[in-house]
Amino acid sequence: MCGIVGLFLKNDDLCPKLGEMLTDMLITMTDRGPDSAGIAIYGAEGEGVKITVQSDDTSAFDGLDARLAEATGTTPGIRVIDTHAVVTLPEAAADAAVSALEEMGLRIMARGASMEIFKEIGLPRDVAARFGLREMGGSHGIGHTRMATESAVTTLGAHPFSTASDECLVHNGSLSNHNRLRRELAREGFVTRTENDTEVGAAYISSRIAGGANLGEALEGTLQDLDGFFTFVMGTRNGFGVVRDPIACKPAVLAETEDYVAFGSEYRAFADLPGIESAKVWEPEPATVYFWER
Amino acid sequence: MDKTPRTLPRQSWTFSNEVNSEIRRAAETGIYDIRGGGAKRRVPHFDDLLFLGASMSRYPLEGYREKCETGVTLGTRFAKKPIELKIPITIAGMSFGSLSGPAKEALGRGATMAGTSTTTGDGGMTEEERGHSEKLVYQYLPSRYGMNPDDLRRADAIEVVVGQGAKPGGGGMLLGQKITERVAGMRDLPQGIDQRSACRHPDWTGPDDLEIKILELREITKWEKPIYIKVGGARPYYDVALSVKAGADVIVLDGMQGGTAATQDVFIENVGQPTLACIRPAVQALQDLGMHRKVQLVVSGGIRTGADVAKALALGADAVSIGTAALIALGDNDPKWEAEYQALGSTTGAYDDWHEGRDPAGITTQDPELMARLDPVAAGRRLRNYLNVLTLECQTLARACGKSHVHNLEPEDLCALTIEAAAMAQVPLAGTNWIPGKGI
Amino acid sequence: MKTLDMSAMELREINETLQSAAGSNEAFEVTNTRGAHAIAVGLDAPIHVTVKGSTGYYCAGMNKQATIHVKGSVGPGAAENMMSGTVIVDGDASQYAGATGHGGLLVVKGNASSRCGISMKGIDIVVHGNIGHMSAFMAQKGNLVVLGDAGDALGDSLYEARLFVRGSVKSLGADCVEKEMRPEHLKILADLLEKAGADAKPEEFRRYGSARKLYNFNIDHAGDY
Repeated sequence: MCGIVGLFLKNDDLCPKLGEMLTDMLITMTDRGPDSAGIAIYGAEGEGVKITVQSDDTSAFDGLDARLAEATGTTPGIRVIDTHAVVTLPEAAADAAVSALEEMGLRIMARGASMEIFKEIGLPRDVAARFGLREMGGSHGIGHTRMATESAVTTLGAHPFSTASDECLVHNGSLSNHNRLRRELAREGFVTRTENDTEVGAAYISSRIAGGANLGEALEGTLQDLDGFFTFVMGTRNGFGVVRDPIACKPAVLAETEDYVAFGSEYRAFADLPGIESAKVWEPEPATVYFWER
Repeated sequence: MDKTPRTLPRQSWTFSNEVNSEIRRAAETGIYDIRGGGAKRRVPHFDDLLFLGASMSRYPLEGYREKCETGVTLGTRFAKKPIELKIPITIAGMSFGSLSGPAKEALGRGATMAGTSTTTGDGGMTEEERGHSEKLVYQYLPSRYGMNPDDLRRADAIEVVVGQGAKPGGGGMLLGQKITERVAGMRDLPQGIDQRSACRHPDWTGPDDLEIKILELREITKWEKPIYIKVGGARPYYDVALSVKAGADVIVLDGMQGGTAATQDVFIENVGQPTLACIRPAVQALQDLGMHRKVQLVVSGGIRTGADVAKALALGADAVSIGTAALIALGDNDPKWEAEYQALGSTTGAYDDWHEGRDPAGITTQDPELMARLDPVAAGRRLRNYLNVLTLECQTLARACGKSHVHNLEPEDLCALTIEAAAMAQVPLAGTNWIPGKGI
Repeated sequence: MKTLDMSAMELREINETLQSAAGSNEAFEVTNTRGAHAIAVGLDAPIHVTVKGSTGYYCAGMNKQATIHVKGSVGPGAAENMMSGTVIVDGDASQYAGATGHGGLLVVKGNASSRCGISMKGIDIVVHGNIGHMSAFMAQKGNLVVLGDAGDALGDSLYEARLFVRGSVKSLGADCVEKEMRPEHLKILADLLEKAGADAKPEEFRRYGSARKLYNFNIDHAGDY
């Protein structure tokens, strides 16, 4: 049970302000999810792949570059941000790097050409400040504030969930058939790391995309195969999608201008957006997929 | 004559006469069986727990002379006007409609004399119960029948009903016989229809929305009234944790033995957890959030004796609530109506067709002639007496454990007679220090 | 006109001011709403309140007597359980507009989303635009007037509320059927359209109501429950 915000920029001039806009949106959703907060940012793409890792003990980042260089035979770039670090290295070395990072006891939060994920326990305002979210730029981003339902209040239990490169999912609601689906997906090799229902949803969508579906088709599939209540917001390297279950009880509002598409669990999240007075504002229809791609 | 020995006719345990009678009833009518009351199957219960009492290592209190307090304050977290009760036993929500006006009046009279609160139900607040209840909890239900801001403001507390033990996840069904002119008028329904109650609230879903709904209710009532959240015994740890997060002052947790006016028998008997199994996870959730005793926990579902009260408190409840037991105290299922129960195809103690409105005791009915059988003054006195006995019994046990307040009872004052009860209540099996699931 | 600025005052103070106002000529303006919840709830006097900007959940909840005019859009549950008075929304309304309302008039100049008029118990609702799915679910009493189109499952499990729709209806819910528009209905409709300042003729509407097949259980309709 949660608050969701999302922003997909159509006007590149706004990209440097993505973090600033998203931070204010995120903080308005504090009441809906005071337990933890997380954000996925699709930022500038450089050479190679970015791997975001997390550790409660930040001394784990000391000498990380040297250890990774040894494990991968490359010269990785390392950017430490509070409990997270973003490792940049050539795509060819990514698998070896992930194995090495996991062996070091670091938690893999995200992997991708552009996506970075930051999430922690605590109030959204504090989480955003710790990661310097306000200063981040990018083309699109998704934020989530969590009120934990059945799974634990942990860093890994926070949203967004990423189960494939550059893909992330956030969720408001509660799935009712995720345990069976989790076992089926595990047989296909999509392993989840938490007991969280949303992570199963993410793995499901990733499995569909891996099977050749585009974002729209993968989201369409959730309507057939996932049961329970959900409002999903999904990010991909160049896309932004929204879908609600057929009953559509959990709140959702979309706003669109020539410059951006914004998602909020409540209208409050939009109050500071530029040009919101003249934006097209509507509630996504039940069982209807909305997606935008750059 | 064939002299070959014959075995006696043998009834099937699987297809018992009771089971077969239900198959025949279903085949004839095409509708599931609807009835009142709570689960009738045997489930591990407070009977399977015993108090250890004091002897050498603990010292008991002198009965009748040394004080054993029973007072409880509900709603201390946010409400400006918490409810102070003299005893830790409240009367659970039962609707006007399912019960007659005189029965609601009797509940109010009895509870008030005993120093505790009563609760409305699905169908709004009546003058009978407001007038005779010194402290009245107003239920906020999915149907919102009779809901209005004036009654909200003249209530002493508001109970947002998310679920009840007899049917966690379900709505109710009140058959047409009881939707009389007055009941229909209060509910804005046509007279004589089968009322289908919703299982979810019409204007919020989930704890994140409920938090905002509670804000609205507090704003309408100037932050004075305690807000209770009532949940059925389903996933008590999470349900209680989320109720706290949604902003509850008090949580009412109703186990599967909790009653209902009318629900499918299949629901009553097959959904939810026994009351005994619900309390420890609920208390654990409160403790994990640092809210035990700050957000009060009221437990209901099958409370019958002062021993049940004391055991529920020992497991961590702040108070208990009674429904079925209160109706029996008023005169429900009394043997003096046996001939009439027989005529209805039932017998004393088994009569549960409360939804049909033909209750010989005049309690679960809207029939004027039957209703007149219940004298609200005398019935109120019986309820007062019964509440007093529960309290005295609870105090007796608490004193024997050396407690000067019933709230000081602890799980460590208990042992269990069965492995099941030991596991559910998380107290050691008698004679051992073994709590199943907790190692040695 | 007294201005209550939400950027300078707490919600409690604003509602307290409105709840204790009694004079029929008193007028208030609530500004800087920014989607906040529970604005102008529990009012009980014939006062006039203008809410400038969009609101969150339960704006004008449980209103009695007051006239509340929102110059913006409203979040979920606007005018929920209204008893009397008038609530006018210039923009759109989110889910559950007018839910369980017992009386009074709710006017939405824009669109209302899903579950508009759910379990309504006597309120009149006039929506100038469209309404979303599951509107008038289990609606008991009152009138729901829609100048635009209705979404899926209109009037599912309907009791005695009257539904009037000018545009298309995507689908009717269980036990909801189109009914004959009789002179008394045209009169009710004309009156409501006038009160709601709606530019439409009663003759352009179709009326929907309960088939009353679910009122008492019948095994042959079990699939509709």
